[in-house]
Amino acid sequence: MENIEILVVGKHEQITRTIVRLIDGKPQWKGSAAFSVEEATRLAQRTAFKVVLLGAGLSRSESDKLREYFKIPVVQHYGGGSGLLYAEIYEALKAK
Amino acid sequence: MMQTIFHPADSRGKVDLGWLKSYHTFSFGNYYDPARINFGALRVLNDDTVEGGEGFGDHPHDNMEIISIPLTGGLKHRDSMDNVAVISDGDIQVMSAGTGIFHEEHNDDPEEKVQFLQIWIYPNQLNVEPRYGQLTLNKAARHNKLQQILSPNPDDPGVWIYQDAWFYLGNFDKGLQCVYRLKDKSNGVYVFVINGHAEINGRQLHTRDGLGLWELETITISFFENTELLLMEIPMNF
Repeated sequence: MENIEILVVGKHEQITRTIVRLIDGKPQWKGSAAFSVEEATRLAQRTAFKVVLLGAGLSRSESDKLREYFKIPVVQHYGGGSGLLYAEIYEALKAK
Repeated sequence: MMQTIFHPADSRGKVDLGWLKSYHTFSFGNYYDPARINFGALRVLNDDTVEGGEGFGDHPHDNMEIISIPLTGGLKHRDSMDNVAVISDGDIQVMSAGTGIFHEEHNDDPEEKVQFLQIWIYPNQLNVEPRYGQLTLNKAARHNKLQQILSPNPDDPGVWIYQDAWFYLGNFDKGLQCVYRLKDKSNGVYVFVINGHAEINGRQLHTRDGLGLWELETITISFFENTELLLMEIPMNF
């Protein structure tokens, strides 16, 4: 079974990497980190992401650009840890 | 027409990690129930018990208003803004996680358990500067009345958060009634019975039951035992 690829975009490097590590801890989920809109769109050219999570620090215009670029669920991630992460991803996968 | 959602105590998600026993009213961590994601801006209501000397190691948060209310024992807080503090029964702690904060919370006693409610509210602003606050409340001021412990206004009683929400604690004697009028009728109210037995609009609530109500202007609560409760007025559209 293929991994579900999940992109996390955020400006806080430590928190963004923590979220990716939490995603990678789930079977069949694979996380990738991007720290800018440009990096996110570059990663999207070589990976078929199923969900994009918007982490802390992104401006409204950066979030809008990502929502416009991606034709998959793009959801705001809240909480910065494992508390809400899995439910957010389950809900986004349901919505796609 | 008034709407309600009832969360009986025994329907909550349960976690037992040995050092931590927690009951989740809403989906949290590995507990996922699509019917229980949030009540308006109220996203987390965890009822946590931490064994003596144990606790949550250093971990991050962002973009969330996180409120802790100790019920018994003391909780030692340390965070990436160099705050170090202990909160105990009668205190309330608030963190606006904003752009990002790391913190740890440990039971301050090597032997006794600490029990506390951990509540997360979606913020009305993203990426605020992280903020920590705590306050010692006058517990006598909630005897047979609702004591405001949280609001959106820094000048109001209690702590404040980045959301148009109001929290109250009350200790009511058996046989009394209490009426709460919403500040904004587009909001909802979530009542969590910490201990006791109450009735709201015909619904019986016992220890650790929760009831959400919306599309209403007032609620009337009757107390059939001495009862301690938490009442939260929460934006439903945020």
